[in-house]
Amino acid sequence: MSVVTAPAGGALLRSRPGAKGRKARNHAATALIVVAVLVALIPLVAVIGFVISRGGSVFGWQFLTQDIPVLDRDIGGGMLPAIVGTLIITGGAAAMAVPLGVLGAIYLNEYGQRRRLARVIRFLSEVMTGVPSIVMGLFIYVVWVLHFKNETAFAGSLALACLMLPIVIRTSEEILRLVPHELREGSYALGSRKVRTIRTVVLPHAAPGIVSGVLLAVARAAGETAPLLFTIGFVTSTNTSLFHGPTTALSYQIFHNATSPFVGAQDRAYGAALTLILLVFLFTALARLVTTIYTRRTSASSGA
Amino acid sequence: MDTIPMSDTSHRTATVGSVLTRPPAEPDVAERTPLPDPAERDIVFELAGVEVRYSGVTAIEDVNLKVAAREITAFIGPSGCGKTTVLRTLNRLHDITAGAQVRGTITYHGEDLYGPRVDVAEVRRRIGMVFQKPNPFPKSIHDNVAYGPRINGRKRGEIGDLVEEALRKAALFDEVKDKLKQSALGLSGGQQQRLCIARALAVEPDVILMDEPCSALDPIATARIEDLMQELKANYTLVIVTHNMQQAARASDRTAFFTAEIDDAGRRVGRLIEFDDTEQLFTQPSDSRTEGYITGRFG
Repeated sequence: MSVVTAPAGGALLRSRPGAKGRKARNHAATALIVVAVLVALIPLVAVIGFVISRGGSVFGWQFLTQDIPVLDRDIGGGMLPAIVGTLIITGGAAAMAVPLGVLGAIYLNEYGQRRRLARVIRFLSEVMTGVPSIVMGLFIYVVWVLHFKNETAFAGSLALACLMLPIVIRTSEEILRLVPHELREGSYALGSRKVRTIRTVVLPHAAPGIVSGVLLAVARAAGETAPLLFTIGFVTSTNTSLFHGPTTALSYQIFHNATSPFVGAQDRAYGAALTLILLVFLFTALARLVTTIYTRRTSASSGA
Repeated sequence: MDTIPMSDTSHRTATVGSVLTRPPAEPDVAERTPLPDPAERDIVFELAGVEVRYSGVTAIEDVNLKVAAREITAFIGPSGCGKTTVLRTLNRLHDITAGAQVRGTITYHGEDLYGPRVDVAEVRRRIGMVFQKPNPFPKSIHDNVAYGPRINGRKRGEIGDLVEEALRKAALFDEVKDKLKQSALGLSGGQQQRLCIARALAVEPDVILMDEPCSALDPIATARIEDLMQELKANYTLVIVTHNMQQAARASDRTAFFTAEIDDAGRRVGRLIEFDDTEQLFTQPSDSRTEGYITGRFG
C-alpha cells in the first residue's frame, strides 16, 4: 500500500511526466483520422455533386416519363424505357439469384458445413465473385443469346443473376454463421427438427443481415453495364416484356449517351446517372425500412 | 485404475451407490436416513460403459450410473472433466455436434436411448434442457414459452394457458405477466434463465437437464433457481451439472464426481470417480480424489 503524499503546491491531480507527449500523440492521431475521413468523402461528394449538377438540368417528370429520342442529336426526351428496363432486368435477376443464393447459403452453413461438396461449392462461389462481369455477359451471350438468336431482358437478367449469385451466397453464409449456436441448441433441445429450427430460429435471426447482403448484390447488379452490352439489345421505346424483344437499361444508356458527340445525349447520360443513383438509394432505403420493421416485429411481439 | 470399486462385477451397470464400499458406519451416519437405493426407485437413466469421443479423441469413458426418478442428481468435477459431455448424451445433443460419437449403452426407462427406431425429436421433448448461458430466442416472452407447444402441434387455444402454467411453475409469471408481448432479451439474466426453464417445462417433459444453470447468475438469482429446483423435484427428474460444490451439496440428492486424468497412454480422459448420496459423498467420500476435490485441494 502506498500512502498518498501531497506534493508541494497541491499538484496531486496534475499530469505525470511523459503525459505531454502522450497528449500530443493523441491529438495528432485524432487529426489524422479526421483528415482521412474528409479525404474519403471527397470522391463521394464529388461524384454525387457532379452528377446532380450535370444531370439536374434535364432531370424532371418529363425525363422520367418520356421515351428516349431516336436520334442522339435531339435535345430533351426521357429515360422511361431505360428505367423500366433496369427494373425488369434487375428484378428478374433478383428473382432468380436471391432464392437460389439464400437456399445455397443455408445448405452450406446448416447442412454441408465441412463436407466435400460444400467446400467445392464454397470455393467455386469465391472464384465466381472474382469473375469480371463482362465474362458473365459473354457467357450468357454464347449459351443463350446466340442459341435462341434474340436479345431480351431475360438474357440480361441471366447475366446479372450469375453476377449476383456468388455475392448472395457468400454474404448470406457469413450472416448465418453469426447466428449463435446456443439458439440452435435451444431449439433442438425443445424437440424441434432441423428444418423447423432453421425456419423459426435461424432465419428470423439472420434476416436483417441477409436482406442487407441481398441489397448490396441488387445495387451492384442494377449498375452493371458490361453484362448487358451484348444481351439486351437496344430500343428507344418502352418494352415491358421480360421474354420478348430487346430492351434497354439505365447503365447502358449512360454508356451509350456519354460517348456520343452530341450535347443533348450527354445531358441525358447525366440524367440517367442521377436516376440510377436515386433508384439504388430508393432500394436501400426501402430494404432498411423493411428490415427495421421486421426485426422490431420478431424481437418484440409475436413472430413465429 | 480403481475408478469405481465394483466388487460384485456380475453386472457392470449396478448402481454405484449400492456397490460402493462404504467406510465403517460412524454414529452420525447411522442416524441419518439414507435415500432409497436407486434400484428400488424408478430408474430414468441407466448408463453402462458410456464413452464419448470428439473426432476420435476420447473425452470421457467408462461411465456407469443410474439416475432415479424425481430426484436431483448432480454432476460435479473440475473444468474439462466431461460432466457436461455426459449430460449431453442424455438428450442426444451430441447428435448435432460434428465428430461427436457416443458409445456404450444408455437406457431411458429401460428403452435404448440410441436405438435404431428412436426419434431424436421425441427424445428431446421428453428430456428438456436448460443451458449454461441463458439462451432465450430473440422473440417475445410469450413466444419463447409457446415455441415448444407450437412445434408439438398444440392447438392455438391451449397455448395461452400452457404458457401461463409454465411461467408459474418457473416462478416467473408474476414478474412478466404484464409484458408477455415484450422481447425476452429485455429480461435480467436470472429472469432469462427462469424463462428458459419455463420454455423447457412448456413442452411437458419428464426430465430436465441443467448445464451449470446458475454459473452466469448472481447469488440471489442462483438461490431462486435452487428453490425452483426443489419445487420441480416433486414432478420432474433433474440432472444438473455444476462446478459449484456448495450448490451440489445444498441442492442435490445424489452426486457424481468426475475428474480427468492422464492415463498410461498419455491421453487426458474424463472418468466417473464416485457416485453416491450427496450427503455421503460430501461427508465420507470413499475415494481420495473425491476428498481432495471437495476439500479444495485440487480442481
